[in-house]
Amino acid sequence: MALLHTFKGGVHPLQKIHEGKRYSEHVAIKAAKVPSVLMVPMSQHIGAPCKPVVKKGDTVKMYQLIGEAAGFVSAPIHSPVSGKIKDVKKMMHMSGKEVETIIIENDFKDEIDENVKPYGTIDDLTPEQLKDISLKAGLVGMGGATFPTHVKLSPPKDTHCDTVILNGAECEPFLTADHRLMLEMPELVVKGLYAFKKLLGAERGIIGIEQNKMDAYEVIKKACEPYDGIGVELIKTKYPQGAEKQLIEALTGRQVPSGGLPIAVGIVVSNVGTAATFAQAIETGKPLVERIVTVTGAVNEPSNLLARVGTTFQDMIDQCGGFKGEPVKIISGGPMMGMSIFDPEITTVGKGTSGILVLDKQLANTEKETACIRCGRCATVCPVGLLPLTINAFSIKGMYDKCDEYKAMDCIECGSCSFICPAKRNLAQSIRVAKKQILQIRKNKK
Amino acid sequence: MNLISTSSPHVRTNESVKVIMMDVLIALMPALIWAVYIFGINALLITVVSVLSAVICETAVEAFMKKPITTGDLSAVVTGILVAFNVSPAVPIWMPAIGSAFAILIVKQLFGGIGQNFMNPALGGRAFLLASWPVAMTTWVTTGTASAVSGATPLAIMKGGEAVGQLPSVWNMFIGNIGGCIGEVSALALLIGAAYLLYRGVITWRIPVSFIGTVVVLTLAFGQNPLNHIFAGGLMLGAFFMATDYSSSPITAKGQIIFGIGCGLLTAVIRVFGGYPEGVSYSILLMNVAAPLIDKFTKPRVYGEVAKSV
Repeated sequence: MALLHTFKGGVHPLQKIHEGKRYSEHVAIKAAKVPSVLMVPMSQHIGAPCKPVVKKGDTVKMYQLIGEAAGFVSAPIHSPVSGKIKDVKKMMHMSGKEVETIIIENDFKDEIDENVKPYGTIDDLTPEQLKDISLKAGLVGMGGATFPTHVKLSPPKDTHCDTVILNGAECEPFLTADHRLMLEMPELVVKGLYAFKKLLGAERGIIGIEQNKMDAYEVIKKACEPYDGIGVELIKTKYPQGAEKQLIEALTGRQVPSGGLPIAVGIVVSNVGTAATFAQAIETGKPLVERIVTVTGAVNEPSNLLARVGTTFQDMIDQCGGFKGEPVKIISGGPMMGMSIFDPEITTVGKGTSGILVLDKQLANTEKETACIRCGRCATVCPVGLLPLTINAFSIKGMYDKCDEYKAMDCIECGSCSFICPAKRNLAQSIRVAKKQILQIRKNKK
Repeated sequence: MNLISTSSPHVRTNESVKVIMMDVLIALMPALIWAVYIFGINALLITVVSVLSAVICETAVEAFMKKPITTGDLSAVVTGILVAFNVSPAVPIWMPAIGSAFAILIVKQLFGGIGQNFMNPALGGRAFLLASWPVAMTTWVTTGTASAVSGATPLAIMKGGEAVGQLPSVWNMFIGNIGGCIGEVSALALLIGAAYLLYRGVITWRIPVSFIGTVVVLTLAFGQNPLNHIFAGGLMLGAFFMATDYSSSPITAKGQIIFGIGCGLLTAVIRVFGGYPEGVSYSILLMNVAAPLIDKFTKPRVYGEVAKSV
């Protein structure tokens, strides 16, 4: 077999336990029970939080607009159920900030808003109409980054996108939501890619899938057959294979310039989940109000649940047989880039929640930092070619101008450096701090 | 529920500093066993005293400075063994203890402990001993086994001067049937250890290969037999176990190759033209000092960075 496409650097987390995917990769997607009260924060994407357009006491239909996009880089939010608005108030978000949150009392009727209708078929719709649908459906990158999709689909006039890539790498350990989606709804994924391709006027569409999901590769390959210019490629199982620039290089050999966007090399990348949701929105008019969430780790029945936005983490975990043993950490997303939450009772499933991972004492990293021994492993694994140990040393001393000089801003925050560090240093964390500080310094200079 | 909330990533490799140091210790064992076989139990005694001195000094200085005690990471044990490996089996027993004390107290702890030493602690210790007791440090023994031919080291014989004798065969140099420092004589034993370190990913090929390769090319160019140069003396020990010290060698891939070439260049020049028969330790020490500078000038290209024309 020929060498699989990949990128330089990277790590193999949890390889001995098959990237932790065994827990849930063979568990079919199941609809989660919809709770009686849903909490929908107005910040479910990168960019400006939405403005609530409903108030306490209002009745809402399912799929009705409840949060209006505030600016271009923002995505509207819709009601995941029909019912009554119980309250609109600021609540603690997992980011640690207070965010305007709409609390909806479910009437369990699932009455669909009368404005929601199928848009037609992809072939009948113009690129402009398709883009409009992506905006109206509140689409964001569902791999976890939650970047508003319509922004990605509006490349600058002087650029041309020749290739659309769908990210089916799912390189984060433990997560299997995309895997199950590709396996169970391959047509929807491919149709979404077809729509992206038409919208952008691209010649080619590629779905990249890591080698540890051969079954998904086979079914997607079959689903691609009816379409011209759409295909699937196997890529090496390695973290962070699903990082945008690394995926582009593995599939096309093109390197996105430092500080640049994929469109600079004629490429737009989206997640398989986003594509499937897009296809569904075109066919039925249904906006992004539910998603597949892998609930795994130290829970009794690891599952892939199709959950409505606004369902609490605790509710999701309870539906998976509850905690197995004592939880030490609960993570929204995967173990490498996910965010550890502090209260599963108030944190809810959002558009970007790819997983709910419960770590017990054995799985969680709670070891203390020790001195750097300069072994250079962090530099070897950094997919960007940074010297994490050097930036770390400058960052903890507050020398952020030096961090900038050592290209801290190019860090993709994949966490490979912290993962590999034998001294258990929090390298990625310190670089993240440096990035924030550098941005602030640049802003102040202006 | 008491949840921990930290920045990602939330999983870590099982590898630790202790595991790495343990690997180095394992890799040093073949050479130690050979040393005991050829020099007798005295070699082991010197090693034990050296290790004890290193560990005691590290514990004491950290306790004195009210810093966390880090002897558990085994790095002081490695330093102790390496100091012992760098002395003649004929030295008085207190000498390696002083060498280790210097290595730990002055070279390592005074500059901030593990990862902060600007030069290889064991080589610093050796240089200190060599400067303080030059005669004892260069008095070699007739080795313990009958097959050993001469007390003088092959490099000293090659250099001529006061040491006279017949140069041992390349085979005897390779397996270590020669005079020299405790840990340096058997290229074979050191290569077995080196292979283990490479397999475990503790070291990479860059420094040792560029180091040894440069010595081969240059000694050949200077009209000498390169085999004598790579199997005799401390080149194997230096290239695989000393020059690869994390703290005192460059981080970048390019920098490591430059570092290795620099070590090889200095070694060949000292051996062929210099006043000393051996140049491995001084060349590594000199390059140690240059390592931060090399790192500075070999910053790796960042992903997607457009190459600047120089």
